[in-house]
Formats: sequence, structure tokens, C-alpha cells
Amino acid sequence: MKLAVKDAMRCVGCQSCMFACSRRSGNAGLSNTCIGVKSAGGISRGYTVVVCRSCENPPCANVCPTGALEPKEGGGVRLKSSKCIGCGMCKDACIIDAVFWNEQDNKPVICVQCGYCVEYCPYEVLELIKDKKGVSHD
Amino acid sequence: MIDNDTLSKVLYIDLSKKKFTTRDRKDLFEKYLGGTGVATALLHEECPEGIDPFAEESPIIFAIGPLTGVFPLASKTCAMFKSPHTGDLGESHAGGRSAIAIRMAGYGAIVIKGKSELPIYLSISNGKVLFKNATTLWGMKDGSIAARVMRQNEKGEGLRAIFRIGQAGENMSTFANVTTETYRHFGRLGLGAIFGSKFLKGIVISGKQAIEVANKKEYRTLYDKIYNAATESSAMKKYHDVGTAINIKSLNSLKALPVRNLQASSTDEIEQVTGEEIAKNHLARRVACAHCPVACIHLAYLREPYDDDPYFYKTTPVCYDFELIYSLGTMVGITEPKAMLKLIDIVEQVGVDAMSMGVVLSWITEMFEKKMITKEDICGIDINWGKSNEYIELVKNIANPTTEFLKAAAKGVSYASSVYGGKEFAMQFGKNEMPGYHTGPSGYLGFLLGARHSHLDNAGYSLDQKELIKNDLSPKQVVDKLLEEEAIRQILSSIAVCFFARGIYNLNLVSDAIKLLGFDYTEDQLMELGKQIHLNKYRFKIREGFSFDKLEIPERIYETKDPTGKITKEYIKEGLDYATNLIC
Repeated sequence: MKLAVKDAMRCVGCQSCMFACSRRSGNAGLSNTCIGVKSAGGISRGYTVVVCRSCENPPCANVCPTGALEPKEGGGVRLKSSKCIGCGMCKDACIIDAVFWNEQDNKPVICVQCGYCVEYCPYEVLELIKDKKGVSHD
Repeated sequence: MIDNDTLSKVLYIDLSKKKFTTRDRKDLFEKYLGGTGVATALLHEECPEGIDPFAEESPIIFAIGPLTGVFPLASKTCAMFKSPHTGDLGESHAGGRSAIAIRMAGYGAIVIKGKSELPIYLSISNGKVLFKNATTLWGMKDGSIAARVMRQNEKGEGLRAIFRIGQAGENMSTFANVTTETYRHFGRLGLGAIFGSKFLKGIVISGKQAIEVANKKEYRTLYDKIYNAATESSAMKKYHDVGTAINIKSLNSLKALPVRNLQASSTDEIEQVTGEEIAKNHLARRVACAHCPVACIHLAYLREPYDDDPYFYKTTPVCYDFELIYSLGTMVGITEPKAMLKLIDIVEQVGVDAMSMGVVLSWITEMFEKKMITKEDICGIDINWGKSNEYIELVKNIANPTTEFLKAAAKGVSYASSVYGGKEFAMQFGKNEMPGYHTGPSGYLGFLLGARHSHLDNAGYSLDQKELIKNDLSPKQVVDKLLEEEAIRQILSSIAVCFFARGIYNLNLVSDAIKLLGFDYTEDQLMELGKQIHLNKYRFKIREGFSFDKLEIPERIYETKDPTGKITKEYIKEGLDYATNLIC
């Protein structure tokens, strides 16, 4: 399964998805969120919703100097936290800013495509779709 | 509270010395939870008795609560200050991203004192406060441009709040506001003027941290209960769909909607500016405060052609709700939506409390009509009910006053009428301009008794509609109910939950929710704490010279028809006398 943005125009900016994503770790707050909802140049223009697109040849993994980010079959990456030195190169390599950062741990937080956030979007902005190799996701 | 919760960290900023420090104030948070409770305690600590609100030592206090960043709808920041508008307690609440950003930056409260020698804005993140030169932003005619510049210069997209003032704040109009996230406001009682007096143009604050909870499983269960109530139950539907503007139609038909400075309480021309019609014809987008799935913020798009080019349009997003349709619509006789949206837009640009501005405009119109002021007093602008272009010019001139009369008007109708007359139709209560509820005596007793003279203090207008319209209640019964509601609302604003969620967050739920953050309070204890916080506010008010005896009530409220038919001098006096004995 892959997380996708179905219709960003419906996003109201409540950030319930961001809190849901971070809450998976058990705590409140936003430290572990792997979704970014930000205004598209001012709130009146609506919102940009950033989720990991689970690239098939992921640039974040390609630049990781320690092999902490392992490409997964079918796209996306898995973080081996013990190998990560917190250099931030993965974050810089993702041109849609979908590698998020846990400031307290100084390590990336990577979307695992679980879809927990989808359950907390009241406006059907997000969806979890079947992953078919070769199909692109918006 | 939980040991390592950063809620108890208070950030103290000195604008004179450009220094900051953080202190742990677990003592205050454990005693008063947060929000209004903590902010009131900090005001007592930080505000010297009898101080000029524009003095260097006059404080600005922001506080959020334990549930901020933890549960949905806990989206409010409480601002506390000595009001330049009333001379006593200044308190205003705003949503947007303000509360979440303060919590995620690692603070429960912020205290700002001192005065910069040049315009600055503050950039707060990662435990640091940067003092940035805002000279170039000072004097811009549209406050949203200054916000855009701060947005472009600072980090924290999607995680930050941007507070800023407009020209009215720079010029210290006592009803200037502070805007956050373009469409939310610390609207009432003049916080914007205090920012202006300190040369503080704005604040950008952001962060992204974890908040530990006492029991992770119970946390998720309670979260889902609140989230489901917010998204699925009828409790929030009104705010979610048409929004608060849905009340325009019903209050107009009840004869409870102030029209032309409350010379009437309904109008036959309401159709186009009802919430339903504006939604149908102009609503373009709904947005939400951070961590609130309700999305009550309604934006209309105003499309205006340029006169000199037929294929050139200006498209402006304008936020509207019930209070704006009242104050910048019916109160000034405007019932054409585009004219009203244009007026709302200029009020946003200069940065003033929309309710106060509407009441000021309508009072000026009546003063002009009655020939109590001259056209020169108002810079030659030919104002009259319903004329939006003239009102737009007048708003600009109140934000930048050049005549003695407009300088007085920039201090609100209580002050201006004390100089120029017209008190009997200066629609203020406790020196704060009225909101859009001519519902009956409970509404007015509510404005008069409320610690910040706001309809939101105790919702007297709701009591009129639910009770007095059908049944008789004595003034004492009304006051008892108002004070009980005000105590409950002290708790809601101490945990910093939006009042729109009052149907979800009953004290039982509050008790369960704060337990997960390590606060052990029963429902009864919460109620007692609410009463205590309310009295703490009154201690400040009385210290600064407030007295029930000094309250001035405009005669107009007794003259204009209301839905209960019970607004009499005797009723109001009996209620006030009874409240005086309880509070003082």
C-alpha cells in the first residue's frame, strides 16, 4: 500500500494527519510526523500536503553515507536507526521535503506507508492506494 | 503535571535590553493549569499597579494549556495585558497556529516587557529569541504584507505562527488588534496598541517536539472519543457548515440583531447577507486552526473589476463570520455583501477589532446625522448608513487620525463620547464596544459583568434565547447562571480549548483529559478553580480602578425592541447590585 494525496484542494490545514502520524509513537506533539501540511504561499491560497512518494530509486537512500536508509522492494525506504549518524543528507536530497526530522533524536523520520493518518483526515485529502509496480502516484 | 513537560517553561523577553531567559514555573501551572489561569497570575506578578498600559514595564503575556498539542480543539492562546481601551484587564484569545506553535517551541507561556528603540520583530525557535529589525515593515498600509515578509524570511513552514500588527497598532489605537495566520485575531481590548507602543511589529514562533502522556493507551482512546465528537456529532456542525454566520437570519427574525447603531433590531434587507446566502454566492474556502478538524474559518472571494481596464480584476480573500456581518454590515446599515466584504477587508488591513470599529463607525454616523460633529471633524468624508466607500475612507482615517475628533474615536466610543457627547447611543459596556446581540437583559448583564466585557465571558445572549424569551427568571437567577458559566469558561480557557467545543469538553471530560498530563482534579475542584480564576481577574480589575458603580449603560438598549421585552433599568440595576455583592 502507498500513501497518496487524493485532493489537496480539500485540505483545510487542520493538521490532524500530522498529529496522528506523530501519535503512532505513543506520545502527543509533532516530533515524529512524516507528513507536512503548509500553506501554499499564504492560507488564502490553500495548502500543500507533503507525503513520501516512496520513490523506486530513492534519492534519500542514494546519498546516505552509512546505508541507514535501505530501499524497499516496490519503492520507499526503511530506516536502520542504529546506522544513522544524523548528517541530514537524506533530508537535503528529497526535493519535495518528504524526509522529516526528529529534532530531539536528530534523525530522520520516514513514512512507513501505514495509512494511520488517512483515518484522521475528515476531508478525504489522503488515501491509501494499492501499490502496483510502475503506477505513479500523485 | 508530568515532570519533563515543557508546559511549565515560561519565556521572559526584555525588548529594552534585547535579552531573554526561561524560567520553570511549575508552581503556576500546577495551581492554575495554564491559559487564562496562569496568564492572570503572571499579570498580577508582572504588571505594576496603576501603570500606563503603554509604559515600558507594561507586560504582554501569552499562555497556552496542558491539552495544547495533545487533543483536538485545544487550539487557543490566551493573551493577557493591561488594556489601553478599558484601563483594566486586557484579555483576548486567538487560534490559528498560535497555541500549537508556542507549545511545540517548548513553552507554556511568554512574557514580553520593555520597549525597543526601533521597530523589531521576534523570531522564536530552538530555544532562542532573535530580535530582527522591522524598520522597513513599519508604516505599511496593509498588515498582511508585513506578515508575508516575515514568512519569507523565517523558517518553520507549516509549524509556525506569525503574529503581527497593522497601522492602527503602530499608531496605538486602543482597539488595535494582533492578527495571527492572516485570519485569526487577538481582537479585543487593544493588544495591538501595546505591541505598537513597544515598537514590536510581530512575532514568528515555531517548533516540533514530543509531549509525553501518562498512559499511551488511554490517550489514544480518549483522543478518538474527542476527535469523533468533533467530526461526527452534531455538536460542531453549526460551526463546520455555514459557520457562525448562520445566526444572522435567526437573530434578525427574533429582532435581536443590532441595525444602524441599534436604532433597530432587525432589517427587511437581510436576505443577501445571511450566512446561507453568503456561503452560496461568495464562499471560496474553509480553513481550520491547527489541531482542529472543524474548519470554522470561512473565506469569501471578493472579485472587483478595475475601472480603467475591463479585463483586469482584483480578487481578494476575505474572512467573514457572524460578528463581522453584524459590526461591518447591519450595524452600519450595509446589507449588500460585496460592499460589506470590502469594508471587512480594509478593517483587516489596518488591524483593528472589527466589532469595536463597526460600533465606532455607527456611533460617528449618528453623531454626524445629529449634527453633533462637523464634516471637518471627519476629514470631509460624507458618511451615511450603508455607504461602504465612505466608511472605507473613514476606517483609514481612524487608523491614521489627523483631526482631534478622529484621535478620540481611535480610543473607542466610551472615550470619544465622554469628550463629544452622544453617550446615550455609544454602544459600549465596560468601555468595550458591543457584540451583535440585542437578545435581552441577560446578554447585557453578561457584557457588564464579564471580566473582559465580552459576550464570550458567560454567553448571556444564549441564556436570553434559551430561557428569558419563554420564561421569567429574576435578575439574581440570571446573574447566578452567568457567574457559573463564567467559572466553567475559566477552566476551558485555562486548558486553552476553543469555546466552540464547550459542548464536547464538559468538566468530566476535562478532568479525564488533564489526568493524562499529570493533573489530578475532580469536577468539583475544577469548578472551584474556575471561580477562583474569575475572582483573580476581578482583583486585577478592581486594583486598576474598575467599579460596577462607574459602568455606563447607553439608553439606547432600553428603547429598541428586543425578543424578551424585559430590558429595563430596574432589571439591569438589580442584577448589577446583586453581582457587586458577590464579586467585590
